[in-house]
Amino acid sequence: MKLNQLSIFAENKPGSLNRICSILAENNIDILTLSLADTTDFGILRIITKDWEKARDVLTENRIIVRVTDVVAVEVPNRPGGMCSILDTLSKYSINVEYMYAFAATKAAIIILRVDAPEMAIEKLKADGSVKFVSPEDIFQS
Amino acid sequence: MSQYKRMENPMFNPVSAPDYLPPEKLRELQTERFAFIIRRAYENVPFYRRRMDEKNLKPEDFRTLDDVKKLPFTIKADLRDTYPFGLFASPLKDIVRLHASSGTTGKPIVVAYTQSDLDVWQETMMRTMAAAGVSKDDIVQVAFGYGLFTGGLGAHYGAEGLGATVIPASGGNTERQIMLMKDFGVTAVACTPSYFVHIIEVAEKMGVDLHKLPLRRGMFGAEPWTEEMRRHIEEGAGIRAFDIYGLSEITGPGVGAACECQCGLHIFEDHYYPEIIDPDTLEVLPDGREGELVLSTLSKMAMPMIRYRTRDLTSIMTERCACGRTIRRISKISHRSDDMFIIRGVNVFPSQIETAILNEGKNLPHYQIILTRSHGLDNVEVDIEMTQEMFSDKVSAIESLTARFSHAIEKVLGIRVAVKMLPPNSIPRSEGKAKRVIDRRGNN
Repeated sequence: MKLNQLSIFAENKPGSLNRICSILAENNIDILTLSLADTTDFGILRIITKDWEKARDVLTENRIIVRVTDVVAVEVPNRPGGMCSILDTLSKYSINVEYMYAFAATKAAIIILRVDAPEMAIEKLKADGSVKFVSPEDIFQS
Repeated sequence: MSQYKRMENPMFNPVSAPDYLPPEKLRELQTERFAFIIRRAYENVPFYRRRMDEKNLKPEDFRTLDDVKKLPFTIKADLRDTYPFGLFASPLKDIVRLHASSGTTGKPIVVAYTQSDLDVWQETMMRTMAAAGVSKDDIVQVAFGYGLFTGGLGAHYGAEGLGATVIPASGGNTERQIMLMKDFGVTAVACTPSYFVHIIEVAEKMGVDLHKLPLRRGMFGAEPWTEEMRRHIEEGAGIRAFDIYGLSEITGPGVGAACECQCGLHIFEDHYYPEIIDPDTLEVLPDGREGELVLSTLSKMAMPMIRYRTRDLTSIMTERCACGRTIRRISKISHRSDDMFIIRGVNVFPSQIETAILNEGKNLPHYQIILTRSHGLDNVEVDIEMTQEMFSDKVSAIESLTARFSHAIEKVLGIRVAVKMLPPNSIPRSEGKAKRVIDRRGNN
């Protein structure tokens, strides 16, 4: 299912991630998973958190640039080749994966996909039947 | 003709009457005042006497305005060399006010006013504000710094002279400035253009919509700014932005001002005589040609300035203004000859870079130009602050934005430029004149 990911602009220099993380920590925001894209000059921190609205607001108040991005979360079996069927489906319909990251639980892994057409991706993956969608409730329980 | 025009204008303020003098009358007045000021300078200021003697000039050699070109120039270094009181033509007992401008190197420049100088200054600031449509019905917030800088007090007495309600907010404490605007129903503001851009930004952050406030007019000056920046301010705050011009060496603000037509700035020629020269040959250029603005004060008693080289680059506009004013206009000053930097042999003005950035982005982000030198080669880096609108979660999108900025700037400069996107508030804000260029080439 669709999730709201926070994308955060960070300068590529010591201390800039600390600042973002300590603002989130002070506001008691639990990060479920994250990914960091980096270039020589800047980085984009992408995080998945239950309290995305609160996180967005506290970061904005601290003049940190943050944007909410729609991403798709699916569960795949935690075994070799588990991810392939999803990518097959997406490529069959020419849906472009901008970036993705994953986190593993014991039996299954959850993959966060940023695609250029999230609605269509969900529809086609649903039709495909081989994947299990993960709702925010499933993801954030525990 | 012009007389009729001004009478028809319901906005006409009687303080502006000298703006409409018939040209022959104005030339006559200028000639008479110029002759007086040359004599005063020659007789009371050893510096001017020496300079004129060197050219074998006596005050009586000045007969018509055509003789102005024979007079020696005065430059900023002359003010520094005669620090503090060397250029005063009045004894201190007749001087009622001193101002000083921060020199970028060493000692400041001191300027002096007699009571009659302050009266003229106030008059020209009243005419400046009247040209921007300000009247006694306005509530004017002066957000220029008060103090040794001439901006604050200059604007203050101008607005007060018109009978407007003046809020002497001075510079700084931006959130309070916005609170005052909102709570007092401020209709006009005077400050540097870069500070107003900062005000727009802070108002947004505070959730104050400047478009919904009674604020209608802004008078901006004390630093060069571009036409693009004017549009940005007008759209960002829902006001009309008027250009004002002045420099403390001449008097402070009130040397020239934009009228309702917003095309160039009228010089208050009955007090300040403008010429445009070629900064290299020092020849006087005909109207319409761009060069360095040279100003002479025609009524300043405490500290006459004869042919002061302003370093501001502009031209005298030849057409008569649609507003009916007969005093001549200069085109908008977007750069100064001493702002210019030379990078690998190319002359560059910060305003050219600003225009390129504005053409690429929708809004004007904060930016700073950093010049460095490595292995004997000059490098330009332009730091631009990321904004919410420009940001994307995709690296490729930010990289192509950065590339678009560098291409736009490279097209202007003709050399490679490194553009770096920074988080908000990384570039220090100024509450007065913006510091756009950091030159680190001397340090290595």
